[in-house]
Amino acid sequence: MQVWHFSEMAYHPGWEELGDSLRNVIPSRVYDPKLGADLYHRYLDEWALCDELGINIMVNEHHTTATCTTSVCTIPLAILARETKKVRLLCLGMPIANRMDAVRVAEEYAMLDVISRGRIEMGFVKGSVFEVTPANSNPATLSERFWEAHDLILKALTTHDGPFNWEGQHFQYRQVNVWPRPYQDPHPPVWMTVASPGSAKLVGEKGYVLASLNSGYANTPIIYDTYREAAKVAGHEAGLDRFAYLGIVGVGETEKEGRRRAHQILDYSRTTPRVASQFQFPPGLVPPEVVGRQLGSPSPRTFPLRDGSRVEMLTGSVDQYIDAGIAFAGTPETVYAQIKEFYDHVGGLGHLLMMGQGGHLNHEDTVDNLTMFSKEVLPRLQAL
Amino acid sequence: MNQQATEYESKYFMDQISVGGVTLDLEVQGSGPPLLYLHAEHYRHLQQPFIDRLAESWTVHAPRHPGFDGRTPPEDFRRIDDLAYLYLDLMAQLDLNGVTVAGASFGGWIALEMAVRNVSRLSALALMAPVGARLGERDERDFADLFALPEAESATALFAGTPPDFATFNEDQLTATARDRQYVAYYAWKPYLHNPALARWLHRVAVPTHLIWGAKDGFVSPGYGEKLAARMPGAKLDVISGAGHYPQIERLSDTMAALRAGPCAP
Repeated sequence: MQVWHFSEMAYHPGWEELGDSLRNVIPSRVYDPKLGADLYHRYLDEWALCDELGINIMVNEHHTTATCTTSVCTIPLAILARETKKVRLLCLGMPIANRMDAVRVAEEYAMLDVISRGRIEMGFVKGSVFEVTPANSNPATLSERFWEAHDLILKALTTHDGPFNWEGQHFQYRQVNVWPRPYQDPHPPVWMTVASPGSAKLVGEKGYVLASLNSGYANTPIIYDTYREAAKVAGHEAGLDRFAYLGIVGVGETEKEGRRRAHQILDYSRTTPRVASQFQFPPGLVPPEVVGRQLGSPSPRTFPLRDGSRVEMLTGSVDQYIDAGIAFAGTPETVYAQIKEFYDHVGGLGHLLMMGQGGHLNHEDTVDNLTMFSKEVLPRLQAL
Repeated sequence: MNQQATEYESKYFMDQISVGGVTLDLEVQGSGPPLLYLHAEHYRHLQQPFIDRLAESWTVHAPRHPGFDGRTPPEDFRRIDDLAYLYLDLMAQLDLNGVTVAGASFGGWIALEMAVRNVSRLSALALMAPVGARLGERDERDFADLFALPEAESATALFAGTPPDFATFNEDQLTATARDRQYVAYYAWKPYLHNPALARWLHRVAVPTHLIWGAKDGFVSPGYGEKLAARMPGAKLDVISGAGHYPQIERLSDTMAALRAGPCAP
């Protein structure tokens, strides 16, 4: 198994003032650029440390939010492409249905791949529901735009004999001709996030790396099983390296310390529902039956425990998040056991996307969390 | 009932009709000269009393817009232009002449798009708070961004009085409400509820036009109605007091009285 460290570069100093809504409509006067600069450098230092620890790097992007100040995923990757030398660099990912210039995406990925000498892993994501608003991206046609962007970007990265024409439904170019070409041949590996069996089937047919985020004990097996089945039908080998899982990880000298770290990082999960309700169900992105039920009787976002009961994301405890398979926390021994149990439950996986920093977890704690993990948990996971 | 209406009613009172490969749910009722009613983006079921009242004076043809009807429109059917041509074709297929095209909000936009293209089968337009033309400055909102407003504020923008209570909707009505929003987005997310080219051609609406606006419309203000009327020579603007964006729902009798006294009087 490979491990990747992920942080959303949260601007947590603004959370209290912003209250129930941390996205989309929040005024940027709440953001202090001097404090923000310190935070950016600190989070980048933590990623750079991963190069020494043997932990790969994962970045993402969100928009108009105090939960994640990576608004352009390729900017931290560009810095890290030069600052690191060994580990691989995953963007999970690029919200290609919300990026109006797909050729620019191909250019950014290709340039990063060359600078990093072939260490880029290329994630394509549909993005969180509330992301359509800052992008002014039509939610009713998002899925078809996603796949058209995917087709165009891959063709742009793999065409090396001059320009081609693209007159699509959503993207039109008459002279697509991307320079530089990517370092990896034919292109950086493709990853996609998946939250439903329907998406797992499509990704399995393509044979890409599937990443499920915080889907836990309850929802992960059906996603992985659907992928395996689809891959088999399409004639791919669905090895362990095709499966990635994102969870919160808190390691400490004691159970208490590890759990305290996870508790702080879990504010990543707890802040997810802190978004005004009108942005949670963009028209056409979720089936109308589901939106209709929500209109009739609004209910908060929850996650399932192993016994089938549900807990509100906003207020879930560390124990509940551990039970759900969303967090792994405690001493290195405990954390390894928890991850191994989850690994066995889902039929194995090849990548742990470790949220090693989140929320208010400070630099010292993060460095200790990553360092202890790399020394005492990582070697055992690599042997799986 | 005139000869034409009798003939059409007996011939076309049906649930479904195929127009250029698109299946349409089409309700035909009433008697009198032909009227095509193009429904608003929300709450089709709350517009039924208005359709019933129209049918007392007109032979009403009330289609359900593709997508809003629960069917997935054809792959290449996704713009306001497609809706305009579809309903022009529908009138031709039914050989309707002297038609009053009545449209509310999103439906009013479709009616305008039809009228700038071809008024040969039209006798008049009756438009209730239509969207569709860009009339304000680039950093002004002609139309409130309903998708970015909290549900309660969105309801207040649309209704002067008590808005519909979703808790009283049955499952089908809730699903229909969500589907309506989906297809408003499908046709009109960006540019938002307008065609940048429409304002330029409004002079081509060469039929008597009645604009009806709710005085308390918080979605598309009566001020927009005044600007629109100024672009359409001869258009009559009536503002209905006590109504929000849907005077045909909130002030049905006043709306009917205005229509009967206006340029499209039967």
